[in-house]
Amino acid sequence: MNSLVILFSTTFMYSTPLIFTSLGGVVSEKSGVINIGLEGMMTFGAFVASWMAITTGNPWLGFLAGGLAGLILACLHAVASILWGANQVVSGMAMNFLGSGLSIFLCRIFFEGASMTPPLDLSLKIPLIYNQYATVYLAFLATFILWFIFKYTRLGLRLISSGEHPKAALAAGVNVSLYRYFGVLSSGFLAGLGGASLSIVIVSNFRPTLISGQGFIALAAMIFGKWNPVGSMLACLFFGFSQALVVYVGGIEGMTVSSQILSALPYVLTLIVLVGFMGKSTAPSALGQ
Amino acid sequence: MKKIIISLFSILLGFLIGGIVLKLSGISPLEAYKVMFYGSFSQPNYISYIIIRSTPLIFTGLSVAFAFKTGLFNIGAEGQFITGALAATFLGYYFNFNPWLQIPLVIIVGTFAASLYGGLAGFFKARFGVHEVLSTIMLNWLALYISNYFVFYEGIRRPDTETTEFINQSSSLTLFEDWKISEVGIEWLNQHEILKSFMRPPVNAGIFLALIAVIVVWVILEKTSFGFKLKATGFSLLASKYAGINTNAKMTQSMMISGALAGMAGVTHVMGVSKNVAVLAAHEGYGFDGIAVALIGSTHPFGVLLSSFFLGTLKYGGQKIQSALEAPSEVISIMIGVIIFFIAIPSVLELPIEKIKTFFSNRRLQKQVNTHE
Repeated sequence: MNSLVILFSTTFMYSTPLIFTSLGGVVSEKSGVINIGLEGMMTFGAFVASWMAITTGNPWLGFLAGGLAGLILACLHAVASILWGANQVVSGMAMNFLGSGLSIFLCRIFFEGASMTPPLDLSLKIPLIYNQYATVYLAFLATFILWFIFKYTRLGLRLISSGEHPKAALAAGVNVSLYRYFGVLSSGFLAGLGGASLSIVIVSNFRPTLISGQGFIALAAMIFGKWNPVGSMLACLFFGFSQALVVYVGGIEGMTVSSQILSALPYVLTLIVLVGFMGKSTAPSALGQ
Repeated sequence: MKKIIISLFSILLGFLIGGIVLKLSGISPLEAYKVMFYGSFSQPNYISYIIIRSTPLIFTGLSVAFAFKTGLFNIGAEGQFITGALAATFLGYYFNFNPWLQIPLVIIVGTFAASLYGGLAGFFKARFGVHEVLSTIMLNWLALYISNYFVFYEGIRRPDTETTEFINQSSSLTLFEDWKISEVGIEWLNQHEILKSFMRPPVNAGIFLALIAVIVVWVILEKTSFGFKLKATGFSLLASKYAGINTNAKMTQSMMISGALAGMAGVTHVMGVSKNVAVLAAHEGYGFDGIAVALIGSTHPFGVLLSSFFLGTLKYGGQKIQSALEAPSEVISIMIGVIIFFIAIPSVLELPIEKIKTFFSNRRLQKQVNTHE
């Protein structure tokens, strides 16, 4: 029984960065801007968060700074996509290179050539509430807020209209660009928080291989969850659960299942679900235009 | 032509902003670029290392560019690379024919394995409407874990290591491998300093295959009706369907070719350089770099060729500033990011380019007026 509790709490822990980042993807793409640069924004957020947490000694400041770091990168993507009509996929890829490049570059500058930040003291980590890191609750709160925004508020409706039919939205007097800026910038902020919740919560430092593809998993979770905050959160929980399962099964004595096969399982399952049950994707219709 | 100018202009801006970043960190940009330049071209063996580094980039760049032409975004070059590398390792280890049979066998079967793997994403898209970005991300991770599983597989695992056994000598693409260490070879090379230096790295035939691939891809895309149909599918799916093109089949075929190209990168890497595969903790970034190469080369086969040498040089020369100046070599990633960023926004670059053009044509006019007077 106790081990099951551990399994679920590890699931929540591993899902948190994915949930934040995936929500970021939802908010940007709902407004009509493709954000394939989540990975880079996450990486930059992870680095800045751990740097800030170490220099100020306050994990919450670090967490916030991580979000702001993601937001700064998102500014570039937003201006390129919305103002200059960029090819959004290309610009997003640029964010990925910039994000990882800047993070390790600055890390080497600030920490005397090391590509890792020094580990954070345990007392400086985000506090636990009922055996869960506070960020876990924040991730669920963020999901709820986004769901509420899209479902019940004028802001949400206008974001959706900017992504589904920008011309009609314009004709109705909606400032489409403004809402898209909002979408992309909050996307960067959320992805930054996602990175931060990895670097200063789950592990205690930043290193170059920390993110390695998690941003893309979050992107996949967003598509898997059909561009819906709750759906994306569930997809992230699924990916988090399988990560936790590898850790959990690895700890059982006499277990002979190869951890490699076990690790591959979520990706196979996702493919099967996509092929068998999901049907055509339901992206916002004006995505990328 | 315009695309070439935009790429060159973006590269210039990449160096400029990279320089500013270096300057802000208290490192002299001129010094750093000088180290990079000498670290890339001052010795013959540097050139061979650049060629070795650029070879997989040509393949993965072509792979991504080819899929782009059909309107598909192949993030899966990484997974297809792994598939090709793993298949080549297996074939090269378990079979040991005469090189004239062995080498084509390993290349063809290894490439075909990767081709099927890539085709899977195309098939999922065509048949089930699964977004190719999503499926290729999943397939990348799947390939990584499958590869890791087989690296630990008894029989091919090299005892007490996290790598596989080496492939048989008969599958090697490395040039003059035995001769280089034979007495005659050593003696001959000692008399020819430049070639000796050039031959020191594992120079291999992969580059020739890559050059052939560039030409084949160009011919397919520009000179065949098959290529025309592929491009039409990418340009407008509905119009192509209306014109009677089987767009579903075209998507799968395009991804199969794209997968084969990325797979060739893995195959030639194993046969020419690494000779085995190791456990992967994370993706190595071949697919990622392929995307960069394709974008900087504006998805044209010849552009890809140039941009892979550019990127290969940058990556090889860039690492030299770490030891020489203690400057972070990650400035290279920043530069690549900046270059791609500007390539994404051609409309912004067009304005200054137009300005420069009019400036020069004005001057020419002015001259003509002057001579008339």
